[in-house]
Amino acid sequence: MQIGVALRLVPDASGDLDIAENGQDIDREWVDLKLNEFDDQALEEALTLKENAGATVIAFAFDGVGADRLLQSALARGADRVIKLRNPFGDGLRARAAARLLAPTIRELGLDLVLTGVLGIDEIHGQLAPFLGATLDWPHVSVVSEIRCDVGALLARQETDGGFSTTLRVRLPAVIGVQTASRPIRYASGAKLRQFIGQKIALTDSNADCGDLAAELLRLERPRSDKGAIMWEGDADQVAEALHDLLVARGLAKETMR
Amino acid sequence: MNGDVLVYVETRDGAVKPSSLELLTAARQLADGAGGMVDALVAGGPLGAVEALSGVADRVLVATHPALEQYLPEAHAALLRSVVAERNPALALFAYSAAGLDLAADVAARTDRAVIDYCVKLSATGREIETTSLIYGGKLRAVSRARSPAVAVIVPGAYPEARPDPARRTTTVEIAAPPRLDALRTAFVVETRPAEGTVDLAGAAKILCVGRGIHDKDSVEVARQVADALGAEIAGSRPVIDNGWLAKERQVGKSGCRVKPKLYLAAGVSGAPEHLEGMSGAELIIAINTDARAPIFGVAHFGATCDLFDLLPALGERLGKGRAA
Repeated sequence: MQIGVALRLVPDASGDLDIAENGQDIDREWVDLKLNEFDDQALEEALTLKENAGATVIAFAFDGVGADRLLQSALARGADRVIKLRNPFGDGLRARAAARLLAPTIRELGLDLVLTGVLGIDEIHGQLAPFLGATLDWPHVSVVSEIRCDVGALLARQETDGGFSTTLRVRLPAVIGVQTASRPIRYASGAKLRQFIGQKIALTDSNADCGDLAAELLRLERPRSDKGAIMWEGDADQVAEALHDLLVARGLAKETMR
Repeated sequence: MNGDVLVYVETRDGAVKPSSLELLTAARQLADGAGGMVDALVAGGPLGAVEALSGVADRVLVATHPALEQYLPEAHAALLRSVVAERNPALALFAYSAAGLDLAADVAARTDRAVIDYCVKLSATGREIETTSLIYGGKLRAVSRARSPAVAVIVPGAYPEARPDPARRTTTVEIAAPPRLDALRTAFVVETRPAEGTVDLAGAAKILCVGRGIHDKDSVEVARQVADALGAEIAGSRPVIDNGWLAKERQVGKSGCRVKPKLYLAAGVSGAPEHLEGMSGAELIIAINTDARAPIFGVAHFGATCDLFDLLPALGERLGKGRAA
């Protein structure tokens, strides 16, 4: 079985995000990029399938800052091959266009299964997995948390809501939007990383008619909340005191014995 | 926008899910403004759902076929493509859910429509639809514009649930099942329901929820001791569960449990939309996060930006001197 995994770098939103002067993007100058967390899960699931059922894992990424390092890390984690695709859209690459750029290479390689993260933190105009499924006319399932191989098919556990999940049998070839891998992510050892870190990664051409069906992003804004929390100031001890007093006042904790 | 609004209705055990009733509120506002009708598509046509939509939608579109009896992404996508191609709604609405993630982009791609996700607000002027979406885990809002016909995905909680209007006459329309349903490549195997009798987060009066900021399993144990002293259930957001630091039945949010406790103490939880969906109805929400712009502070009643690794022991000490109420 040949498994493709589409990996994307996204802005690290754990810190401050400033809006760029044109109002239509974040100010990327001081923002780190990181592997989209769901793509990280997708890579882990592909490597788990390789271990359990035998497979060749091919990791894809689009050209851009950090793409080589991303793919070298994928090799260090156990991917068998990596492909860096030309990206004519730069930071403006959207999932719909990414699907159309990826599809010809996926067909050419004759992949059986494509995994990618269920969503990206900056994807507001559609997600890659369903766009890829529709473009390739392959069955696709999103929000998947476990994949097992079956004869000519796979069993995918889709998380629905409220703790419910559904197991679906999906005939191959197929596309899966992974939310969570079957096991916690294993990271590559330092030795493995050093083995691949200098590896040159060739650029593969990718072209497609991407049309102009995406919605237009007019501007980014900071959320305006008319609610907002009452903030306690001070060090942890002072905050713990205020918090405890509140809990006591609301009958949610007993008064401290002094 | 001129024309009808189609709502993809999700059901569980024959009942319409609340998120779909919320879509119907948005659909009514947009359809009334555009002089169009609200069409509710119920795949499989469970009777209870069809009856519940009486007085809410203008038309309930019902399609029946063995492949539509359970949720199968491929089957529901085929039905939607057929309905959208035939009826050409100005806007098709989906909830931000597993089904919404499967179907909205698929239908948009196969019927040449724009799609906008994570919407919390929609309006229409002429053919132009303007939306406000959550982006970057809810830290920012994105205002987008698309021309109808289009597809939009709405975040649960963005609109109130639609209620039946006794004066509204609703007609039920039988839709022919598309031929593709007889040649599917996806099959339903089994549904797994939440395990009963292990943890009852939904019924818990007090919850201490830890998020990505808790960093490791050892720190989760510190939080668990504080939860015990508080008489609270310990819970986690998705990253904590994915890392195996807490069991799946202790997850709060879209893929986990929806909770409404008297106290929700969130430690190191950023407040991604998927998490807020599961807990924003709590009576008292207290959030501790070093990032002052974390979205959790948008729903919290009280908060602090101190280090939770200092706060939890300090709080545990105070609780230990008293006893949980």
